[in-house]
Amino acid sequence: MRKACHLLLALAPFMAPLANAADTDFERLMLLLAQKTQRHVSFEEQDYLSVLDRPLRSSGELLYERPDHLEKRTLAPKAASLILEKGSLTVQSGRRTHILPLSDYPQIAPLIESMRATLAGDEAALQRIFKVDFAGSLANWTLSLVPLDAQLRNVVQTIRIEGDEAELHSVTIVQADDDRSVMTIGPAVPP
Amino acid sequence: MTPPRWLALVLWLALMALAVVIVGRAHYTADLSAFLPRAPSARQQLLVEQLRDGPASRVLLMAIEGADAAARAQLSMATARQLRNSRGFLTVNNGESVNDARDRAFVFKHRYLLSEAVTPEHFTVGALTSSIDDTIALLASPVGFALKSLLPEDPTGETLQVLNQLDRSARPHTVGGVWASADGRRALLVTSMRAPGSDIDAAERAVKTIRADFARAQDAASGSTARDARLVITGSPLFAVAARDTIRREAVRLSILSTSLIVTLLLIVYRSLPLLLLGLLPVTSGALAGIAAVAAGFGAVHGITLAFGITLIGESVDYSVYLFVQSTRTANGAFDTARAEGAMWRTILLGVLTSVCGFASLLPSGFPGLAQLGLYSIAGLVVAAAVTRFVLPGLIPRSLHRRNLTPLGERVAVVLRHARAARWTLGIVAIGAALVLFVHRDTLWNRDLAALSPVSARARALDTRLRTDLGAPDVSDFVVVAGDDLQTVLRASEKVAARLAAFVSDRTIGGFDSPTHYLPSDAAQSLRRASLPDSSALRLRLKAATASLPVSAARLEPFILDAAEARAAPLLRVSDLEGTSFAAGFDALTMHEGTRWAALMPLHATEAGTQPSAAATDKIRAAVENAAPGKAFLLNLKNESDALYSSYLSEALRLSAGGFAAIIVLLLLTLRSPRRVVAVVAPLVLAVVTVASALLLAGRTLTILHLIGMLLIVAVGSNYALFFDRGAAPHSGGTPSLTLASLVIANATTVVGFGVLAFSAVPVLAALGATVAPGAFLALAFAAAMSARPSAAR
Repeated sequence: MRKACHLLLALAPFMAPLANAADTDFERLMLLLAQKTQRHVSFEEQDYLSVLDRPLRSSGELLYERPDHLEKRTLAPKAASLILEKGSLTVQSGRRTHILPLSDYPQIAPLIESMRATLAGDEAALQRIFKVDFAGSLANWTLSLVPLDAQLRNVVQTIRIEGDEAELHSVTIVQADDDRSVMTIGPAVPP
Repeated sequence: MTPPRWLALVLWLALMALAVVIVGRAHYTADLSAFLPRAPSARQQLLVEQLRDGPASRVLLMAIEGADAAARAQLSMATARQLRNSRGFLTVNNGESVNDARDRAFVFKHRYLLSEAVTPEHFTVGALTSSIDDTIALLASPVGFALKSLLPEDPTGETLQVLNQLDRSARPHTVGGVWASADGRRALLVTSMRAPGSDIDAAERAVKTIRADFARAQDAASGSTARDARLVITGSPLFAVAARDTIRREAVRLSILSTSLIVTLLLIVYRSLPLLLLGLLPVTSGALAGIAAVAAGFGAVHGITLAFGITLIGESVDYSVYLFVQSTRTANGAFDTARAEGAMWRTILLGVLTSVCGFASLLPSGFPGLAQLGLYSIAGLVVAAAVTRFVLPGLIPRSLHRRNLTPLGERVAVVLRHARAARWTLGIVAIGAALVLFVHRDTLWNRDLAALSPVSARARALDTRLRTDLGAPDVSDFVVVAGDDLQTVLRASEKVAARLAAFVSDRTIGGFDSPTHYLPSDAAQSLRRASLPDSSALRLRLKAATASLPVSAARLEPFILDAAEARAAPLLRVSDLEGTSFAAGFDALTMHEGTRWAALMPLHATEAGTQPSAAATDKIRAAVENAAPGKAFLLNLKNESDALYSSYLSEALRLSAGGFAAIIVLLLLTLRSPRRVVAVVAPLVLAVVTVASALLLAGRTLTILHLIGMLLIVAVGSNYALFFDRGAAPHSGGTPSLTLASLVIANATTVVGFGVLAFSAVPVLAALGATVAPGAFLALAFAAAMSARPSAAR
């Protein structure tokens, strides 16, 4: 009996987050996501842009480190990288490097934030910018994010993220003009 | 042979009238110019301009503390909005993007004139393919949302290229839409005054405007918490205002304090108001003549020279003390100055000449501040002595009575005997002082200009904190490009920029700013315009270039139209920048006087915050100075200003040594005895050395003001030593007790006058006071102790 008590006490800190406020599947999902401190996965992306004659295909790797380091390394068809750190976005493509302070790009910042906040399980940040809809179960969920800000809705209609527990499967961004990008997320890249 | 009394009086009155006229018409300045070199090299000239008027001299940093984040953001926005509407500021940044729409329209419209990527090769088939491909790749990134509408008009990505040319590396954190410190507890704003930093009145107005606008924003704020917010300001304009206020306040306060102390002292000694007023006559005449001489000699009188006026009281009041005290009284108690007029005048004359030798050494100084001080002192002392000698005796009413000071003199004589008996201790003092100086020989002189700065350590700490918050370390390295007209300067800047780009690619520096990012030279703009192919050629090349790309040439028809329009567009002028943040960017990085222009290109440290090594800096310097020989210079504000001060100190040291040598020669010629010269000079040297070592022991390092103080010790102390020397003459019968009394009184006035200065909050004045007050006392004590036993007593 005493032993069991000790065991419970010892486990308590680990049980606390689960026992706490996780009333809904959405909140449980957020807690699960928040527990992953880093990710390194592969991705494939297709962009359907009306201005182009055919879709753009690209593939590469995604890196994430809690709470706000996000990196998208495109390896094919040509190397490019996108690094979010400390509120500024560094875009490297070909010979050019662009450093964009997100505060100067109010129409981009929320889109990046959607990805970062989802990966961080940062519910508050998501709710601040989007109307969040959770569908499905923890094992097969879909998050639909619709910008709260009308101006932002002039850029993006919805962002749909699908996954299974703490793993993300796809991110689809539908722009206001129906241009779309679909990112399919693959398995973890072995270190 | 004494000239008639009336002639002296008339001459004096005429001279004073003339001086009053000159002083009344003189021009007074208060900027840094007195302490910047007069005939500097081109490089120093640029540095001086930078220190006075450069971008760093105009920046005011502000932090809003207290209240809550929302209130701080609201106050930041409201204050910034008001500041942007006021004419006094070139730029007001708080993290909001206000000019965005206009800026982007401007960049988009003029992209082919502004983009550094535009060359004839940029529009070949191969280059078009690669740049359009790069742009398309970006469409797949979040940047694409903003970019894709531009693709048809700007497939080569020039808009992004132009925005990218502007240095935007170091940005502070943002909280609630405005800049904030890393811990989020302070909202941050940065402004740049329109007026140059040397315009202290404008700086004062700017600081007042900021405070008033903040107070108004607080009143208008909706939340009640806004009342708890505080505004702190820092930056060179604020320092300049504070320094001027302090110096003004201190100069007035201390002059009044020391004058009243000296007056009280003299009143106690003389017990006669008329005598006191007469005694101040040489002092006022000297000060007036000094200012007039500086005004006539330099065209403008510097405020700091006036502040030093106090130092003259210290010595010139002594002359009247000697006259009044050493004069004996006739049987009926009235003054008989005749007795004093013999040997005493010769001694005073020699004392004046000695002081003149000392101060004359400052005249050739390349720094107007020192030269002014030298001229002021010489004119002041000569006039004060002459007035005492020729005018004062005639003005003393026959019936005037002075307290009998013989008892005082006799008491001093007793002390003097004890002092002589203890003279062996001087040997110990000398050895100790020499030892201290030897130990500190490498760090005697403080060569850091900050040592003279009137900015308090607390204010400097606040400044550092805000700069760290902003992620904007001091702009210490920058290139200055100067030339006879704007286009020359812009062309040279472009050459320098091309060389600097290499150092950015290899990460030696993080980046740099250049006015040519905002307005390229006409030459560069023409070349870029001429690089655009005509419509039919471009259409053909586009067709070939897009063959392998997911975009058809037909979709890029708007690009061909825009290129045709750009080919016919006029070149950009300064006036075209109006209404965009490009105007502010350009103005902040250029300065001009008449047709002469200077461009500034501040270098930024890499993201890691590391400054380039000395070797790397040398490489950058060589590259920069080769790019535009004689026009471009790499300057490091701190190093160069310290070097400037250091050269100024070395020069002053050299000149003082020359002055000291001149004093020795003068004494050798007049006293005609090396032994007597040693007897006169030894106590002065010992006093200087002792004070210097005491300052070092107290943890101070010596600055140029300490050096001036030492010069004053010699100037004042030489009088004492010469009187003792006279007393030691074979037939003199020793130093008379009245002379001793006069020396003690003269010394007391000097110690009081300078002692007050020692407590000043202005380092410059405190250094002077802390040197001269103890130095003058020691000079008297040492001269007394070392004086030879009067021959009569043998």
